[in-house]
Amino acid sequence: MNPVNYLYLAALLFTIGAAGVVIRRNAIVLFMCVELMLNACNLAFVTFSRLHGNLDGQIIAFFTMVVAAAEVVVGLAIIVTVFRSRHSASVDDASLMKL
Amino acid sequence: MSGALAAAASTTSTGEAVQFWVLGTVAVIGALCTILMRKAVHSALSLAGTMIVLAVFYLANGAYFLGVVQIVVYTGAIMMLFLFVVMLVGVTAADSLKETLKGQRWLAALCGLGFGILLCAGIGNASLKTFDGLGQANSGGNVEGLAALVFTKYVFAFEITGALLITAAVGAMVLTHRERTERARSQREQSEERVRTGKHVPPLPAPGVYARHNAVDIPGLLPDGTTSELSVNATLRGRGQVRDVSGEALAELAALEQRSERWLGRRKPEGTEAEGAEGAAGASEDAEHRKGAAK
Repeated sequence: MNPVNYLYLAALLFTIGAAGVVIRRNAIVLFMCVELMLNACNLAFVTFSRLHGNLDGQIIAFFTMVVAAAEVVVGLAIIVTVFRSRHSASVDDASLMKL
Repeated sequence: MSGALAAAASTTSTGEAVQFWVLGTVAVIGALCTILMRKAVHSALSLAGTMIVLAVFYLANGAYFLGVVQIVVYTGAIMMLFLFVVMLVGVTAADSLKETLKGQRWLAALCGLGFGILLCAGIGNASLKTFDGLGQANSGGNVEGLAALVFTKYVFAFEITGALLITAAVGAMVLTHRERTERARSQREQSEERVRTGKHVPPLPAPGVYARHNAVDIPGLLPDGTTSELSVNATLRGRGQVRDVSGEALAELAALEQRSERWLGRRKPEGTEAEGAEGAAGASEDAEHRKGAAK
């Protein structure tokens, strides 16, 4: 097996995540799909790192993880705030800028 | 990766291939479950499974530090944060299946398929027949190699990451913080008000003591066998999660009495037994009636 297969898997996971973002309505599940896409990118970076024999890909994957952690914290705080004001986590219900 | 793979190689070991095909299937199934499960909790658990599989893949790809960080940060911290928010928002809340845009789901699936084909075609056309492997890069240790890069070539990105994390922490606090609009009443003030209004001066009755379900959602029974709504928390009452077991309890009591009578070899007068059964039925009917009235 060639490590390129890891890239195919990453592409597949990214596609599933992207489709999930378009299909689902629940803001939390949307967020999970975004996380899935970020993870797929990380897998691709780690595989590139192995293909090219240097550690730069792993560094970039590491930074992606840090940014994802920061993003999750702020995003979930926004979801909680929206849920408090609208009593719903569905993105369809949050159609107005102001309640 | 061992040093043997330091030179350009074109295939990995058979063990890794088997691992890839088995765990890759698990990862894809987990990802599909994440987007197809109706309840957010199931999605979160499926995603956690996929992330653990990805951690194994990182380890297999020679990214030992990232593999451990993936488990600690992603499945440990981020997914638990997700689960916390799912619990806050409501575990039972399932996504509605009503489509607001007609045919959106099929169009989305079609677009996803096209996107996937595009990505796979791109990877297939790249000339990636051989790979270098990380044997040489990891020779001084994976963590040491990463540290050397982070603190030299990527030091500015690393510093900015710190600023980003602080901003995120402050942002989360600002977003979720709520200012109290009125002062919280002290216990003394509350007790004085209770006495002044003359309503429920003694403490509220305790809930039922049946060690089943939550126990606190089962109202206590009054001496006449009816339930006391006051013994259940107001939140549970508001949600309608009060379990009424008074009918069952009375029926069980009647059955127990009947059994003990039989065991003692004494026959109960017919009229009393019938009355007991009727009383139990009447109590459950009464409870049903009251439940209906509460709704």
